[in-house]
Amino acid sequence: MQFHALDRYQTGDSFLHRLDPRVKVLGAVAIILATVLLPDGAWLAFLFTWLLLLAISYAAGLGWAYAVIRAFVVLPFLLAAVTVMFSLPGRPLLGLQIGPWQLIITDAGLLRFGSILSRSFLAVQAAILLVAVTRIPDLMHALRHLRLPAVLVAIISFMVRYLTVLGDEVRRLLRAREARSAAVAGHRAGGSLLWRAQVAGHMVGQLFLRSYERSDRLYQAMLARGYRGDWPTSNPHQMESHDWLALCGLLLVLLLGQFIGRL
Amino acid sequence: MHIPDGFLSVTISVLFWALTAVALATAVRRSQALFDERLAPLAGIMAAFIFAAQMINFPVAGGTSGHLLGGALAAIVLGPWVGMLVMACVIGVQGLLFQDGGLLVMGANIFNMGLVTVVVGYGLYRLANGRNRPTTFIIAGAAAWLSVMAAALFTALQLWLSGTVALNIVVPAMLGVHALIGLGEALITLAALAFIFRVRPDLLGAETTRGGRGWIVAGVTLALAVVLLAPLASASPDGLERVAEDIGFIHTAVAAPYEILPDYTIPFIGSENLSTVVAGAVGVLAVAALALLLIRLTRRSATRP
Repeated sequence: MQFHALDRYQTGDSFLHRLDPRVKVLGAVAIILATVLLPDGAWLAFLFTWLLLLAISYAAGLGWAYAVIRAFVVLPFLLAAVTVMFSLPGRPLLGLQIGPWQLIITDAGLLRFGSILSRSFLAVQAAILLVAVTRIPDLMHALRHLRLPAVLVAIISFMVRYLTVLGDEVRRLLRAREARSAAVAGHRAGGSLLWRAQVAGHMVGQLFLRSYERSDRLYQAMLARGYRGDWPTSNPHQMESHDWLALCGLLLVLLLGQFIGRL
Repeated sequence: MHIPDGFLSVTISVLFWALTAVALATAVRRSQALFDERLAPLAGIMAAFIFAAQMINFPVAGGTSGHLLGGALAAIVLGPWVGMLVMACVIGVQGLLFQDGGLLVMGANIFNMGLVTVVVGYGLYRLANGRNRPTTFIIAGAAAWLSVMAAALFTALQLWLSGTVALNIVVPAMLGVHALIGLGEALITLAALAFIFRVRPDLLGAETTRGGRGWIVAGVTLALAVVLLAPLASASPDGLERVAEDIGFIHTAVAAPYEILPDYTIPFIGSENLSTVVAGAVGVLAVAALALLLIRLTRRSATRP
């Protein structure tokens, strides 16, 4: 398994790539917070935030559409919010007859649904852009500087490092199952549901044991190389003046967005 | 169940971030006391394991497939504190690197899928302490099912408190879907545990020797909350009329969530007492049916050479 999908753009060399990772993490969280704080139906402010995100995407050399295309991952969850269109009381706009139920879309419901849709659509783009312009080790350092406990950052670093390794392990397990699951065309195959669940469970158990033993070996190897439980770094990660400027500039723009949203 | 940003109000997001931060700070302290400098490689690889284990699917019917969420399994094999850390890291990385769940709402996501599942899973599993193997497995399976249901209930309540959905729509919908997902969770957790018991029983013995009353109380309380509160919250048959009323509550709830919960639950207790008891009984029956199913499963795997 390869992480091309993740770090294909992280090695770029734009102004945004060179910013201190702390600024980028705080900036992304600030954009998301500002978006969620916007009142329902602040369409102009939603548009303003979107233009800001598009500009960031373009400035980072990712092109206009990079984050927009990837933002569709939130679509499945929208199903959870669809019902708000019918359930908020308001002026009825459109009646739908689905089987025995009559659903009436109200103006208030539609407004709320559109606002939830816009907010999540914008927020996920901010998160996508953050990961696209920040290398993962830098991201980890940023979390450390933002006062996350060192051991938590270490756990996350290990996890990210071994995702690909264990991902390969899973792939081998799945391939082995496939290879043993031949079926004659037109005949039912594969045992009962319980049996299939049991096979999957045994694969999980197998994976657990392999991972557990791997963590043991890894720990021994780290001890052999002088590990004492701390994580020194040679990268000082100093906040420069342009980092402060970028952060303050972004916050000012977001404040402007809040004004636009409350006009 | 990963909530994206924009679906929860700022109040709810911040509230659950605070709760999650307190719980994780304790978890970090307790885990470090247990494992010292061994913690980082162990928990890191275990987090990668849970992430990878979620890729193992099994075909259910008609092209759909089930997979593991892992909260109960992590709690049972790693203990509650490390289990919490591991699940928090899994959900954190899914949100941060893969946009599976938002950043501002990550506190709520970790709370639902990382803390609630671990407390329910581990608390109920401790009930099985010292009992024979079939009983242990039945309780472990029920723990896995209830952990998923509890997480779904908390997700539903957060969505409702944020004014994103109506309570009597979201609770039955979330719990209905997750009753099935939880069944897959229970089966896989159980089979994985049976496998580990057979191959490395030493890995499962260490955590279950001492203490743990607090976990049992917390786990059983949360599980009972699911069985009793869920039908209570969704026990309003007359659809959209009712919803409008709930929405009135929601507007207040978004402003002051701490004021609204008693206002909402008290009027229900008077009128819906009976239906609550009935619904609770249905829940118990469902668990009992699941248990019977699991006995069959374990007996079969025990007799197989």
